Amino acid sequence: MIWNEEFETLPREALEALQLKRLQHQIERVYAAVPYYRNKMEEQGVRPSDIKTLRDISRLPFTTKEDLRINYPFGLFAVPFEQVVRIHASSGTTGKPTVVGYTKRDIDSWAELMARTLSAGGAHQGDVVHNAYGYGLFTGGLGAHYGAERLGAAVIPISGGNSKRQIMIMQDFGSTVLMCTPSYALNLADVMKEMQVEPSSLKLRVGLFGAEPWSENMREEIQKRLNLKAIDIFGLSEVMGPGVASECIEEQHGLHIFEDYFIPEIVDPKTMEPMPLGELGELVFTTLTKEAFPVIRYRTKDLSRLIAKPCSCGRTFYRMERITGRTDDMLIIRGVNVFPSQIEHVLMSIEGVEPHYQIIVDRQGSLDIVEVQVEVSENIFSDEVKVLEKLGKRIEHEIKDLLGISCRVKLVEPKTIQRSEGKAQRVIDKRKL
Amino acid sequence: MKVEQISVFLENKSGRLADVTNILAAAGINIRALALADTTDFGILRLIVNDNEKAKSVLKENGFTVGKTEVIAVEVSDRPGGLAAILNVMRDTAINVEYMYAFIQKSGENAIIIFRFDELEKAIEVLRSAGIRILSGEEIYSI
Ligand SMILES: [Zn+2]
Repeated sequence: MIWNEEFETLPREALEALQLKRLQHQIERVYAAVPYYRNKMEEQGVRPSDIKTLRDISRLPFTTKEDLRINYPFGLFAVPFEQVVRIHASSGTTGKPTVVGYTKRDIDSWAELMARTLSAGGAHQGDVVHNAYGYGLFTGGLGAHYGAERLGAAVIPISGGNSKRQIMIMQDFGSTVLMCTPSYALNLADVMKEMQVEPSSLKLRVGLFGAEPWSENMREEIQKRLNLKAIDIFGLSEVMGPGVASECIEEQHGLHIFEDYFIPEIVDPKTMEPMPLGELGELVFTTLTKEAFPVIRYRTKDLSRLIAKPCSCGRTFYRMERITGRTDDMLIIRGVNVFPSQIEHVLMSIEGVEPHYQIIVDRQGSLDIVEVQVEVSENIFSDEVKVLEKLGKRIEHEIKDLLGISCRVKLVEPKTIQRSEGKAQRVIDKRKL
Repeated sequence: MKVEQISVFLENKSGRLADVTNILAAAGINIRALALADTTDFGILRLIVNDNEKAKSVLKENGFTVGKTEVIAVEVSDRPGGLAAILNVMRDTAINVEYMYAFIQKSGENAIIIFRFDELEKAIEVLRSAGIRILSGEEIYSI
């Protein structure tokens, strides 16, 4: 069901008009209230009045995690501190956490967005929402909690941990909707098996999983082992927390971005130029309504693409493809930026070639040496040496054409390339930089 | 008139050839002829065995990539010029020999040469009209 019919099904034209109005207002406010953003805009030679169309967003400076770190803890807040009613923080891998704040209205918007998310996943009033996202500084627990209450469901704020107790409560309270990370969902399935609890004896119907990358294979496994429909949800604390985008239960394919609250962009992580619609690149978000902690063109470092194709659920919001990787996976080879997914793309474009490959980078003297190992499947195998050698040369050629790097293709036997948990290790970087 | 040959992709790692022969032996399959073509990175093992289907499936089960090709087997008398006579016949046509390998029959009298041509049907015609005997699959598998 669509939670907010009026906004979630806005015709694109009306939606874009709303986005522009909100963007202009947001930029004016940020420019006036946050010196750091104002300085960055001045450096870039752009003023709020320059934002005349949605395309003008590309004139604005980007924001990175580094900007957030520099302004630790409250430097980027855009309201007087007494208007802040909530503070969350995400653990930084190095040093200080990233701090975000919310006004009363921000909390209200967030609840709306999570109610939409739950509704898109098929949850409704009367459901028992088993919320196993962590409560605390992490945005997952409280974000989901407020959304479930807004939806009118009964929330069990169980948070993470103690799986046996979780399963007992699922049985006794009749949990119908599960919210947690996908890896914790699999852990619950393991513990159920241990406890000899049949998933079909539970009332679980749907699960909303996010906060970490997962795959289609993992979805299938979760659906089978927990006997529910698994929905991919997306968010990040710097932008809002959960509730930025969500799959719909109708298609389970691509996550609708709540575009009346956020403008998504896909940019080339190398040139930082906007990419044509549908191309793979780095996902960037600008918030349109946030008061306490607005972000302008925040670089997520996640790789995705936008899907403009209308969806059978009726929502007019564009969908983002499931996150396929991180810009951190980017390799710099002889000064050229290379993504493993680009090599995969080349291989898949050659008929019969399956994308089982591994990239091995090494350094000889001061030169980077790249070897691409490709598994020989029956489709490409030949009894003639020259046919296989030609195939290897062709792959080398196409990689050179597309990526501008020379590499050596080595054909290897199937299953040579290490797979861990069904996921292949795509890159081995032996360079000692 | 055609003989079925199976081919196996091998990486140039020690022991892979032995792995193939051990797997076939364990499945009770006899190898009639064998030839390995190799490059610096990989090799292609070509085999004529007494049970192609079984050999294919048992190798696949063990993770090998296996292919199937049709080749021609020709009997060549074991005297000087035996092979040259065949190659001379082919030289005047536009048919290419992709590769060939030989093995000796148990009786030790004649050699059998396996040919892989780019144009199989045409090659059969040419060899026949030159009076060269082509062996059938059954003859080869049951040697
Ligand atoms: Zn949809």
